[in-house]
Amino acid sequence: MFKRLRENPVEAVTITVDGSALKARAGDTVAAALLAHGVSHVRTTPVSGAPRAPYCLMGVCFDCLVTIDGVGNRQACLEPVRDGMRVETQHGKRKIGS
Amino acid sequence: MTEVAIGDAYDVVVIGAGPAGLASAALAAEAGASTLLVDENAGPGGQVYRAITSTPVEPRDALGSDYWLGSDLVERAQRSGARLLLGAVVWTLDPDLVVGISYRGRAQLIQARRVIIATGALERPFPIPGWTLPGVMTVGAAQTVLKASGLAPASATVIAGMGPLIWLYAAQVLRLGGRIDAILDTTPMSNYIGALRHAPGFLLSPLRAKGLSLVREVKRRVRVVKNVTALRAEGDTVLRRVVYMSGGREQSVDAATLLLHQGVVPNVNLAMAAGVKHAWDPVQLCWSPELDADGGTSVPGIAVAGDGAGIAGAFVAEERGRLAARAAIRAILPHAPLEDDQSIRNRLTRHQLGRKFIDTLFQPPRQFRIPEGETIVCRCEEVTADQIRATAALGCEGPNQMKAFLRCGMGPCQGRLCGLTVTEIIADVHGKAPADIGYYRLRPPVKPISLAELAGVQADEAATKAVVRL
Repeated sequence: MFKRLRENPVEAVTITVDGSALKARAGDTVAAALLAHGVSHVRTTPVSGAPRAPYCLMGVCFDCLVTIDGVGNRQACLEPVRDGMRVETQHGKRKIGS
Repeated sequence: MTEVAIGDAYDVVVIGAGPAGLASAALAAEAGASTLLVDENAGPGGQVYRAITSTPVEPRDALGSDYWLGSDLVERAQRSGARLLLGAVVWTLDPDLVVGISYRGRAQLIQARRVIIATGALERPFPIPGWTLPGVMTVGAAQTVLKASGLAPASATVIAGMGPLIWLYAAQVLRLGGRIDAILDTTPMSNYIGALRHAPGFLLSPLRAKGLSLVREVKRRVRVVKNVTALRAEGDTVLRRVVYMSGGREQSVDAATLLLHQGVVPNVNLAMAAGVKHAWDPVQLCWSPELDADGGTSVPGIAVAGDGAGIAGAFVAEERGRLAARAAIRAILPHAPLEDDQSIRNRLTRHQLGRKFIDTLFQPPRQFRIPEGETIVCRCEEVTADQIRATAALGCEGPNQMKAFLRCGMGPCQGRLCGLTVTEIIADVHGKAPADIGYYRLRPPVKPISLAELAGVQADEAATKAVVRL
């Protein structure tokens, strides 16, 4: 579990994660915003369905893949939060045409 | 939002805005070259100076004085006239110096006269049982959210591994009121003996005083378990505890967060996909590009600077960046005024003092590089050490053949988190050196790009020929 060092005066951005609103600091990446709110995992794997959370936070491990504004497999650690952004966790294999 | 066209041709394209990229782009632009500096992150600085222009962390000195040196590098690059393009992903670089970037959902190709790859390092894979569990991440990852978002561990947290970053990160967290419960140090006792013969260089290096004072600062406040010889992360769907061996005894510590680190290795994906020749480094235990004294590679026009050229740290990265930029300028703008390079080379030599000592002391032991049993090696495709060993024993000779059997290295990370482990396991099974086993053949796109973006690339004659093979 991670905490913000200062209860930030500028929790200025609101995103939704699987439909629930979540406040983030402008300048956070999506992955940082999820970690700050104690989200335990962001996806389950296509192979075994095991839960995964961000691991490297620098764009190389691809464990933090989420759907952002309808586009799947985005790296949450590289994507800055924007007001109104819709984030969805991913479950297992992605389905084609759904 | 106003869009300023990126342009489709530059004298110099620099890939990666860490210390090497910032220094080289600044020098190239100051000498009069049209220069593009591309980075996939939202801000400049790379990993070492991450969020240097935006960090919310206060007080400033909690991150250490070395961190703030990044400000000057960024300012100089910004003043230099180089075009700094952030949030842009490079997905291909070919030997004709065509750079493919993806920016705001659009892909395009840029022709360069010289390319400097400054994509830096990534943390060495640390394949232990349970390293895929939520709650387990790297020390570098934790430091990234500390610098960029001001996040620190607040519940039971264990750090395991070896290397300077562990002590720097722990000190930063403690100064800021975060929580570290224990450090499990995996440095083998034998490494201290091996490193002794390189001690003279280290004693002369400023790294010595800095390193020792960090270790002292941390040890005053955190329990440090030395000589840890085995590690595993346990939990059902999240991490619950870390089990470790020390002094021949198995012990366990409850934890919600486990931060792993055993050094960094060059991030080779882009350079290898561009056809740059690499060789196995038997001391740093990783692949490094074969380079001339200015960072020039086996591919004419492409140089590698920074930790991607072999791990040497931020100060060396900066000087390597300048040397690569000078070589580019000499080649394409022979009349541009350039200062003598002696002062750069002198600084380079000074900052390399002590490197052999550090490389030897922090060479990760075999059991944390070459796993056995059910330990996952390829995180993307969930391939275990046993599967790779069994397949190698069947006669599979190298990582590329291993892909066909097991799909290891074929997931989205493209081998970044398993490549070194797979090479070393196959080498182990066949009793060969990693140099004789080789690495995954890497191909573009080196980062994922959507078909729609690819289809949207302006198809000129050269691009069409490349695809249709007319």
